[in-house]
Amino acid sequence: MADGSTMVAGAQPSISPAPRNTGSLKMLARRRSTAALMLCLPLIALIICLKIYPTLYAVYLSMLDRKMNNFVGLNNFIFLLGQQSFHLVVFQSCLFAITAVIAKATLGFILAHLMHNIRGKNQRIWRGLLLVPWVIPLSLSTLTWWWLFDPSYSAFNWTLEWMGFDPIPFLGTTWNARLSVIAVNTWFGAPFFMIMYLAALKSVPEQLYEAAAIDGAGAWQRLIFITLPMMRNIILITVLYSLIVTFADFDIVRILTNGGPQDSTHLFATYAFTVGIQSGNIPRGAAVSLFMFPVLATLAFFVLRDVLKRNKEVAA
Amino acid sequence: MSSSTATIGASSPKPKIGSLANQHRWSMRASYSALSVFVVIFLTPPFYMIMTSLKSSAEISAQQGNPWIVKNPTMENFITLATNEQFQRYFWNSIWVTALVVLISMFISILAAFSLSRMGFKGSNVISTGVFLTYLVPPSLLFIPLFQIVGSLGLINNTWVLVLLFPTLAVPFCTWIMIGYFSSIPRELDEAALIDGASYPQILILIFIPVALPGIIAATIFAFTVAWGAFLYPLAYLYSADQATLTVGIVRELIRGDVFAWGMIMAACVMAAAPPIIIYTFLMDYYVAGLTAGSTKG
Repeated sequence: MADGSTMVAGAQPSISPAPRNTGSLKMLARRRSTAALMLCLPLIALIICLKIYPTLYAVYLSMLDRKMNNFVGLNNFIFLLGQQSFHLVVFQSCLFAITAVIAKATLGFILAHLMHNIRGKNQRIWRGLLLVPWVIPLSLSTLTWWWLFDPSYSAFNWTLEWMGFDPIPFLGTTWNARLSVIAVNTWFGAPFFMIMYLAALKSVPEQLYEAAAIDGAGAWQRLIFITLPMMRNIILITVLYSLIVTFADFDIVRILTNGGPQDSTHLFATYAFTVGIQSGNIPRGAAVSLFMFPVLATLAFFVLRDVLKRNKEVAA
Repeated sequence: MSSSTATIGASSPKPKIGSLANQHRWSMRASYSALSVFVVIFLTPPFYMIMTSLKSSAEISAQQGNPWIVKNPTMENFITLATNEQFQRYFWNSIWVTALVVLISMFISILAAFSLSRMGFKGSNVISTGVFLTYLVPPSLLFIPLFQIVGSLGLINNTWVLVLLFPTLAVPFCTWIMIGYFSSIPRELDEAALIDGASYPQILILIFIPVALPGIIAATIFAFTVAWGAFLYPLAYLYSADQATLTVGIVRELIRGDVFAWGMIMAACVMAAAPPIIIYTFLMDYYVAGLTAGSTKG
């Protein structure tokens, strides 16, 4: 780090004498790019040591046996693929990610539209109120949800009984637990979609709507032919990004159900934690989380393609 | 759903000009009422968190009457926690870890963003793209190999492990935000400074940092949020209570057996959620701007 800044400082005197010939210009350019590289070194070191290396190391780990003495090839992966509980993990992870993201995107879209109708100072206040779920650390708000779902003290069930309905075992049965986990994720994530979509809505030129109104377009037509096409990019990127984050989610399931009942709500992350850290089978745990990789890589590819394409459009 | 279509429908101008103002008022009203419903739903858990934190254990276990409202509010839970050495420890751990992580992350990402957006070198484009890609690598993919790595460094069950690992969560996005803000600064500004004989450190400190201050605030808040709320790494790598941060301390240590001291747990949650909420109350606009700038403008 210190090297980085001294390198830049060292580049200083070479700037002040105005470079006349191309030779010193080249040298200047080279010094400049060396200094630039030095400034990036901490970042590069961080990414290589704590992101790239662990990823490769995970691949190596996943091919060892439980005691990490022998190389067993793809046995861990094959073993997992034959396990009923792992099939549930794959199913639940996909169900969880897809349903929760659709719910979040839809809710966020509605909220953004409602918010867009309110202008000025009021919008700030309402936006602030709706952002609260997203601001509270997720593990802590999930604890509160757990308390709300508690089998014997549930405040929801008190309300249901008060209104004359039967109590619901929110976390007690497979599908209830699955829906509860998805509901909590939706509650937490919808505000993020709301602010992204709100920003996108604000960037749609008002004239388009005016022109459409003059041409006699109804509300539905304006939504289909103006709002959605104009927001297409941001919807795509937020949905893809959110799919990645939701697919790899850990906190909610870990705290709310810890995979139960009967391993029916485990996601890749929580299952990897149970297998790898709690039961101490590090290689198999690494194999579990590596199963996420193809999905994440595919999604990341599409996100990246979109972001780069748009950067080009903006630059052009 | 129905409320939103209703509001959109209401705002559509009808041929009658005199009713436009009415239409507008109606659409506002519908929006407000729909939003009120959402706000009630969204704020139910925080509300219940606060209500429970004010209840005594006796009131919770008695299970009499409406659980949503506290009958005999007491600060007992908060006082017990505030004077509890263990809880003070969690809080202090969270504070210093977060402070260090924010400083380190901002240092790394400001330098890198300055270099990537302005100075450039062979392969700097690849690195910008790579930074974005690493942002998409979730912690749950890496925590198991990292367990082995930090284990070999002797950092298991040592709070410092978080200072090492949390920057990996914060730096990619912070750099990404900062690149966006730095790129939006007109090139004429630093060219003029260069001609006047300013060095790159001078340009960074005297021009870029002040001009991109909103971006720096946004990135700082992001780093803070990540470090304060992270749960997986501390849960996986810190097993003794004195090393834990708030999130893990509350989830793991306060819940003991089947005697759930929920009043206490919720009070702890309120106290732990207070710092982010206070920060967002004052700086939310910066954060929202930083978050959405990259995505809507490119």
